[in-house]
Amino acid sequence: MIEKTTEKLSKEDFASDQMVRWCPGCGDHAILSAIENVFPQIGYKKEKFCVVSGIGCSSRLPYYLNTYGIHGIHGRANAIATGVRLFNRNLSVWIATGDGDSLAIGGNHFIHIIRRNLDVNILLFNNEIYGLTKGQYSPTSPMGKITKSSPQGTIENPFTVGELVLGAQGTFFARVIDTNPKFISEVLLEAAKHDGTSVVEMLQNCVIFNDGAHKYITDREFRDDRQLILKHGQPMIFGKDQNKGIALGDNGLKVVTIGKNGVTEKDVLVHDMYREDPGIHLMLAKMKPPEYPIALGVIRSVVAATYDQLMENLIETHKQSCAIHSVDDILNSGDTWDVK
Amino acid sequence: MATQKQILGRNSVVVKFAGDSGDGMQLTGTLFSDAAALAGNDIATFPDYPAEIRAPHNTVAGVSGYQVHIGKETRIIGDQCDILVAMNPAALVANLKWVKKGGMILVDGDAFDEPALKKANCETNPLEDESLSSYIVVAPPITTMARETAQALGMSPKDAARTKNMFCLGMIYFAFNFELDTPCKLLDKRFAKKMDVALINKQVMQKGYNFAETLELFQTTYRVAPVDLPKGKYRNITGNIATAWGLLAASERSGHKLFLGSYPITPATDILCELAKYKSLSAKVFQAEDEIAGICSAIGAAYSGAMACTTTSGPGLSLKAEALGLAVITELPLIIVDVQRGGPSTGLPTKSEQSDLNIALYGRNGEAPCIVIAASSPGDCFYQAYNAAKLALETMTPCILLTDGYIGQGSEVFRIPRVADLPPIHSPVAKANDPDYKPYRRDPETFIRQWAIPGTEGLRHRIGGLEKSDVLGNVSTDPLNHEKMVYYRNEKVKRVAKKIPLQQVSGAKSGELLVVSWGGTQGQVGVAVKEVISGGKKVAHAHFTNIMPLPMNTAELLGKYKKILVCELNSGQFANYLRIQFPQYQYLQYNKVQGQPFTVEELVNEINKQF
Repeated sequence: MIEKTTEKLSKEDFASDQMVRWCPGCGDHAILSAIENVFPQIGYKKEKFCVVSGIGCSSRLPYYLNTYGIHGIHGRANAIATGVRLFNRNLSVWIATGDGDSLAIGGNHFIHIIRRNLDVNILLFNNEIYGLTKGQYSPTSPMGKITKSSPQGTIENPFTVGELVLGAQGTFFARVIDTNPKFISEVLLEAAKHDGTSVVEMLQNCVIFNDGAHKYITDREFRDDRQLILKHGQPMIFGKDQNKGIALGDNGLKVVTIGKNGVTEKDVLVHDMYREDPGIHLMLAKMKPPEYPIALGVIRSVVAATYDQLMENLIETHKQSCAIHSVDDILNSGDTWDVK
Repeated sequence: MATQKQILGRNSVVVKFAGDSGDGMQLTGTLFSDAAALAGNDIATFPDYPAEIRAPHNTVAGVSGYQVHIGKETRIIGDQCDILVAMNPAALVANLKWVKKGGMILVDGDAFDEPALKKANCETNPLEDESLSSYIVVAPPITTMARETAQALGMSPKDAARTKNMFCLGMIYFAFNFELDTPCKLLDKRFAKKMDVALINKQVMQKGYNFAETLELFQTTYRVAPVDLPKGKYRNITGNIATAWGLLAASERSGHKLFLGSYPITPATDILCELAKYKSLSAKVFQAEDEIAGICSAIGAAYSGAMACTTTSGPGLSLKAEALGLAVITELPLIIVDVQRGGPSTGLPTKSEQSDLNIALYGRNGEAPCIVIAASSPGDCFYQAYNAAKLALETMTPCILLTDGYIGQGSEVFRIPRVADLPPIHSPVAKANDPDYKPYRRDPETFIRQWAIPGTEGLRHRIGGLEKSDVLGNVSTDPLNHEKMVYYRNEKVKRVAKKIPLQQVSGAKSGELLVVSWGGTQGQVGVAVKEVISGGKKVAHAHFTNIMPLPMNTAELLGKYKKILVCELNSGQFANYLRIQFPQYQYLQYNKVQGQPFTVEELVNEINKQF
C-alpha cells in the first residue's frame, strides 16, 4: 500500500527548481502543468511518486518534477519502471514516454508491461514525429508523411495506440489532448485510481517539427464536431449543437444525427468503460477523422489482477508452504554428509 | 557367485557416460556422481551435450556426455577416462579418443546394428574389427535385458527400452563396489511423484548390478578411497546453483531483498530457475521479455532499493551493454552474471570459453568502467557471487561476475558454509531527511555516492543517463565537469583494489616461470603446475579472481619471474589486458579456443617447453 499524505499538498510541492527546456509553445508544457495539478490530488505522500522515462523530448519530464525519478535509455522506460514497481510496491510509478520510445525502439517492453498488467501509469506523448533527433517519422506518423527521413513520404502504416494497447489486453486506455489541461488532470486522476497498467495517450503538438499534426481535431472552430468526449454512463453525443451521436450499425460504429431519419437519443450508444468485452472500446479507439470524431477520455477501465500483486501473493503463499526460510536452510537441504 | 573377486584400490577414477541426447545420460551421470559423493568421494563432473534438445538419433553430432571424476585431485575433470559407457556406435566414435589405453568400454551390444553403425560412419563394426583391442570391451545386450525386466513389471515396450541407462548404472555401481541403497533413495526422490516409475528403475538397476556380478570381466572391481576432506558438512553443487545461492546469501546478509531480472539463455538459465524456487525468502524473480528488459528491470529495482541482479551468457551480455552504461552513470549497485560460452554470436551455446573478458572490461560506449571478477570452480561460484554482490552494494558500482559453461554446469563437492560466517555487507544507504544529501556527493576517499531509496522522506532526487553535475546531480554538459565525472567513475573502480585481497601465488616465490590463469581454469592449470614442480622445475602459479581492478601487488608479483606464461581459453584477452596494465613485462601465451577445457597433459607439455 502506498502511504497517504497527512499534509495538504499543492502544485508547488511538485515543481522542480530546474529550468524547463522544452521549446516555447510545445504541448509538453500544458501536460507538465496538468501533472503538477493532479499529483497533489492523488493523496499520496510526495516521496511516494517515482517518475521513470526513456529518451526523447517527453522523457525529460522527470527532471521537471520534484519527485523521485530516473531518466533511462531509449525505449526502456517501461522495462526500468517494471523493476521499480515490482520491487517497491510502496511507490506510485509514472512513466513518461513517447511514440518513438514506446512504439518503436521499446515496442516489446510496451506490449509486455500491458500484458502483465503491472500497476503503473504510462503517459504516452504522441506527436507523430521524432522531435529530439529533429524531425524523422515515427510509428504513428500517417502513411505518406513527408519528413527528413522520408523526403518522398512514408510507405508504412502507422500504429493506432489504443489498438495496440487493447491487443495487448490492456485494462485501462484513455486519450487526451494537450489543448485541454483541465481535462488531462481529470483523466490522469482516473488513471491513478486504476489498479493495473493505465495507458494515457496524450496527443501533443511539436511546434518545430510537426506543427499542426493534430490541428484538424483541435481547431477551435470545428473541434466540437471532431472530438467525442467520453463519460462513463453518458450517451456518446458530440457536435457544436450536441446533436451528433455514435450508434452501432451493421458494419460497426456510425455517426448519426439526432432528429434526422428518425434517430433519437435512445439510438445513441451509452459509454460503458467498465465493459469486459473490448469490442466497442476497440472501435472507439480506432475512430479517426474525417469519417468519425476522435474519442477522448477514458475509453476502457476494467478490473484485473496486477502482476505485482500476484507476485506478492506468490511470495506470501510460498512463505507459508515452503520449509525454507533462510539461506542456511537451502545450503543444508537435499543430500548432505558429514566428514568427521 | 564368483569366488576370486578382486578389488583394486584407486586414488581416482574417471567415468564417462555417453549416448544419444535423449538417452538420459545427464541423469545417469548425476545419479552416479551423487552416489559417489554420498559415499565420501570427492567428485567433479562435466556435462558435455549438444545444442539441440533431441539431436538426430544415433549421430555423432547428437552425442551427449557426462563425465565424472571421483577420488583425489578432482578440482579438475580428468583428461581421459578409465571407463566409457557408450550407448550407441556414435557415442563410442565420439569418445574413444578420451579413453585410456587399457581402460574399460561398456557398450550396449543391441545398439550396434547396421543402420546405427552407418549413421556413426563406421565402415566395420568396431566390436568385431579389432580396433578396440587395446581396451577391455564389454558389450552385453543391455536394451534387451532392461526391456525384459521393465516389461515384466508392466511398462510399455517403448518405455521399457528406455530404462537401459539404469541397467548400465547398476553395472557401473557394481564395478565400484557401491551399495545400491543410496542410488535407490536418489531415484525415490527424483521420481517422488511417480513411485511406479521409481520402482521399475530401481529393479532394472538391480538387474544390471546382478548381471555385472556374473561377468568374468567384472571380477576386478574398483574401490576409490574416500578423500581426506577437512571436517565439516558437505554436499554436491554445480556452479550455477552455487551462483544462485551465493546471491541469496548476500541478499540475506545485506538486508537488501533480491531482485533478478533475467531471460533464459544457455548455459545461464539454471541460475534463473534456481532463484525462482525461493519466493519464501522474498526473492523477486522476473523472467523478462528479453535480455534488455532483464537488465533494465534490475536497474529499476536497484534504484528502488533492491540487491539487483541479471544473469546471462555471451550474446545476452552484448544486448545488455547499453543498459550497463546506464548503471555505470547512475552509479547503482547491480550484479551481472555472465556464464561464458563459445562465441561470437550464437557460437557454441553448450560449450565453454573465456572469451567474454574483453566485453566485460570494455564493451560499452563511452568510458564505462565496471568491477569485473571471475569464479574459479563450481563451489567458488558461491563465494564469488557473494563477493560480486558485496562489491556492487558497497561501492554503488555494477559488478560483472564471469563464470563459464564448464564450471557453471559442472559440479564438485562443496563444504557447506554458515551464512553468519560470511563477511558483512554495508551499503551506503542515505538517511531520511539528511539535509546534506546530494545525489552525487561522494565519499572523499572512495568516491562512492550514497543510495537514496525512493519513498524515503526528504531525499527526492532524479538520476539518469545524461551526464550529471558533480555533487548536485543536475543535468550538465559543462566540459570540465564531464571530465571530472569520468575521472571519478574510473578512480572509484580503481580504488576498489584497496578492498580486495592481495594476489597469492603457489609454488616458487620468484624464479624462472610464473604461470598465470584466471576464472574457470584454476583446476587444470593448478594441477599441471604441481606436476611440473614435482618434476623438479621451479614454477609458480598465480590464479586471478579479481580482474578489474587487479590486486594491488600484481605488478610487483609479476616482476619476480623471468618469464610469464598466460594460459586462457581464448586468443589472449587476459594477456593483452596485462600488457596494457603492466607494459614493462613480456607475456607468453598459451591459448585454446575449442569450446573445451584445458587438459592437464597439454598444459604440462606447454609449461615444460619453457625450460
